[in-house]
Amino acid sequence: MAALGTLVALAASRFSAQAQDLRPESGKLIATAGLMQIEGAGGGGLAPWALITGYGTQDAVGANVHGTVVRVTDFTLSTFGLAVGLYDRVELSYARQFFDTGATGRSLGLGGGYQFSQDVYGVKLRLFGDGVLDQDSWLPQVAAGIQYKVNNRGAVLRAIGARSDQGADFYIAATKLFLAQSLLLNATMRLTRANQIGILGFGGDRSNAYHPEFEGSAAVLLSRNVAVGAEYRTKPNNLRFARESDWYDLFVTWLPMKAVSATLAYVDLGSVATRKHQEGVYASIQLGF
Amino acid sequence: MRASSLVSRQGAIAMLVATVAAANLLIAPAQAGTLYADLGEQRGLTRIVDGLLERALADARIKATLEDTNIDRLKRLLVLQLCGLTGGPCRYTGRTMKAAHADLNLTPRHFNALVEDLQDAMDAEHVSFWTQNHLLALLAPMHRDVVAARAGAKPEAAP
Repeated sequence: MAALGTLVALAASRFSAQAQDLRPESGKLIATAGLMQIEGAGGGGLAPWALITGYGTQDAVGANVHGTVVRVTDFTLSTFGLAVGLYDRVELSYARQFFDTGATGRSLGLGGGYQFSQDVYGVKLRLFGDGVLDQDSWLPQVAAGIQYKVNNRGAVLRAIGARSDQGADFYIAATKLFLAQSLLLNATMRLTRANQIGILGFGGDRSNAYHPEFEGSAAVLLSRNVAVGAEYRTKPNNLRFARESDWYDLFVTWLPMKAVSATLAYVDLGSVATRKHQEGVYASIQLGF
Repeated sequence: MRASSLVSRQGAIAMLVATVAAANLLIAPAQAGTLYADLGEQRGLTRIVDGLLERALADARIKATLEDTNIDRLKRLLVLQLCGLTGGPCRYTGRTMKAAHADLNLTPRHFNALVEDLQDAMDAEHVSFWTQNHLLALLAPMHRDVVAARAGAKPEAAP
């Protein structure tokens, strides 16, 4: 009986020690956990960054949920996701995307209100560097990641010339905060076969190879709670039926506290599914610790 | 290369350049004098350090790490250190950062908590965000000496 009591006490103390380790500490400085990019990884709006999402430091976990709506001339892309940062080393993310063709769906021969959806499973590993605190060196923080995407419209995707309804993107991101300049820079190299990030499938009748693409972000911190910036993302051009453009955005982010951030952006997606000049608004809200 | 993509690429590169240029324009005034002058010289630094310690001693995240510390002496040394670091006419005479923090077992969370208290102290003294970041950029690399090696990491041999 006494032995059992000791065992229970031991287990309880072990559990509480573990709970201590796992309690949300939000130990990172505000804004240094990044935002959530369009495929659900910690990053800017378009590009994944090398920063591990969430406010947990090397001794803790962080997590968040987010919702993003991109409303351009003829289409709406919505993303909802959740992500976990483990010990400022590993990031796991899941996002579900909905691409709504609205009234345009009918003229594309898909039917009015036709919708594609896609699941994106992400993992990111921080390789080296501290992009925030190593202010005496030019060395950025570097991370590598994978985004595995599964689109729900295989038959339509094959009809428009895509080779597959699922695919993996591989990326390396380098991120550095130049604190004396209040400037954050990011460069990401992505290997991808995705057409319009996977919304129009993977590989195509023009090219089925992996292409290296560049994604850049620049942000200026105006205060502890406000940042403005711009992003650019190059894209492959795998499908014959529709040309694919590079994307860019101009954003402002407000972080009233670590638990909340809101981003508003002007975004230009160029030509999407034969429709030119797809410009509009990007709005995103993120909650977490 | 596609013509229209070239246009948007040039546009985006121009935007990135403009963002960086705007940042430098905004920051330029802060670099007019020395950082020491921008922080209010000896008097300003003293007030900032007073505000910092007042906040740190009330901060549940880090007050325990200051329990065995002579606060008046710490304040004197901090002012001296910040003065020397920012281009003022002082020389820090205290122990190295590594020696001073060796037994405290500090984590990144402790380090960042102190940064937040310092930011609040500088806000209270109306130090501009840009000037604050200039100072923080000088202090941030100290995390390597202040934060203890992770548990399980090989401890350094005592000299």
